Amino acid sequence: MTPFDADRAWRLNPQVALRPEPFGALAYHYGNRRLTFLKTPTMVAAVRALGERATAREALVAVGVPESQWPAYERALAALVDSEVIVAA
Amino acid sequence: MPPETTAAVPLTEQFKRGLDAPICLTWELTYACNLACVHCLSSSGRRDPRELTTAECLRVIDDLAAMQVFYVNIGGGEPTVRPDFYDLVDHAVARKVGVKFSTNGVRIGPAEARRLADTDYLDVQISIDGADAVTNDAVRGDGSFATARRAMDNLAAAGFGPFKISVVMTRHNVDQLDGFRAIADSYGAQLRITRLRPSGRGADSWADLHPTAAQQRQIYDWLLGHPDTLTGDSFFHLSAYGEALPGLNLCGAGRVVCLIDPVGDVYACPFVLHEQFRAGNVREHGGFPRVWRESELFTELRQPASAGACASCGSYDACQGGCMAAKFFTGLPLDGPDPECVHGHGEAALAGVSADAVPVSGPGHSRPVPVTISRRRP
Repeated sequence: MTPFDADRAWRLNPQVALRPEPFGALAYHYGNRRLTFLKTPTMVAAVRALGERATAREALVAVGVPESQWPAYERALAALVDSEVIVAA
Repeated sequence: MPPETTAAVPLTEQFKRGLDAPICLTWELTYACNLACVHCLSSSGRRDPRELTTAECLRVIDDLAAMQVFYVNIGGGEPTVRPDFYDLVDHAVARKVGVKFSTNGVRIGPAEARRLADTDYLDVQISIDGADAVTNDAVRGDGSFATARRAMDNLAAAGFGPFKISVVMTRHNVDQLDGFRAIADSYGAQLRITRLRPSGRGADSWADLHPTAAQQRQIYDWLLGHPDTLTGDSFFHLSAYGEALPGLNLCGAGRVVCLIDPVGDVYACPFVLHEQFRAGNVREHGGFPRVWRESELFTELRQPASAGACASCGSYDACQGGCMAAKFFTGLPLDGPDPECVHGHGEAALAGVSADAVPVSGPGHSRPVPVTISRRRP
């Protein structure tokens, strides 16, 4: 997995749709037909916030992720880059 | 909450409690079919006069779009014999409900193949059940292998891209797994294998066709060696051998999957077309969304299930007791082992099932058996 660059802008892949669920959301990629699970509501909020912020770090702050959890969230975001759920803005 | 760890409840538990909309929905558009496969899950053959109209189908698609069902698996019967088939496909993909449809290939000529190749969000699955005509046609009928291969040729010539070749595993084709793979590779297609269920006409052929215990192990080993093979999460009962196969590995009936039949009846999964597993009908007030969210049956299926007779088995976490439909149609209790339990518990249980305990699959929509009248020579 490539290390995640939290200091740049990211956004939800326009080919991906999010469907809210009690646990978080389903993310479906219409291009590669892959389904990904966003496992917490905060993760969903963070992914949605990406497109509105200049950097991923700002998005994490905006949705209230404490600094101690940034590394965990950045690893999860890196996985979403690999599955093409989020792309560089 | 760190994102890698799911809230208080693991994801699989969340799935068992049901999602707001199905992840995977099968929609059989018609019971009409040119073939009469001996294992047909839906006992297809004749069209049902109560079939959903085009307008009713369009409404179902709009409901699915509103629920954000990302794609629908369309089957039958042979779905392409519906005259409005392409209108429904076009309406669905325009609403961002992707379509994956299963066909025996009978209507996939060169022109249809080009049309399909031009459509986004569309996957085609061609069914064969043998890697050669003899093996295939014994199950699917004379000439069906040639028909399927012609459809594959047409899709390849039209530049459709990676279509899918879908195979139901039987006692007679397990040894052909590499052969199926070779056919798929020759087209740049993806191989999908699924489990034979004792449902529909399969109830009558299952005992003769289902893989032997040794063949089940063979399928499992082959799948571990070919992890890019699609399975529709079909073989999760084989996870009891040790390693979990890719997929959710749970019974999603009424929780993350369901089936809509040609007359609009909603069943818990594609393999349980039986009154006991009918949740409602899309023609009722509230349509499909209400059946999915509020039906008594689905609500019940989303309650925690007991492991029953499997509770003391160390493999229960891996196989979850196997397939509800396979148990039901072989007369086994739903809270006990799968008839094809890899530890042999199902076989033992089957020995104790009396014939009158096996639910009767109705005649469905099979064509009447032709009666051959012999004539005396003059």
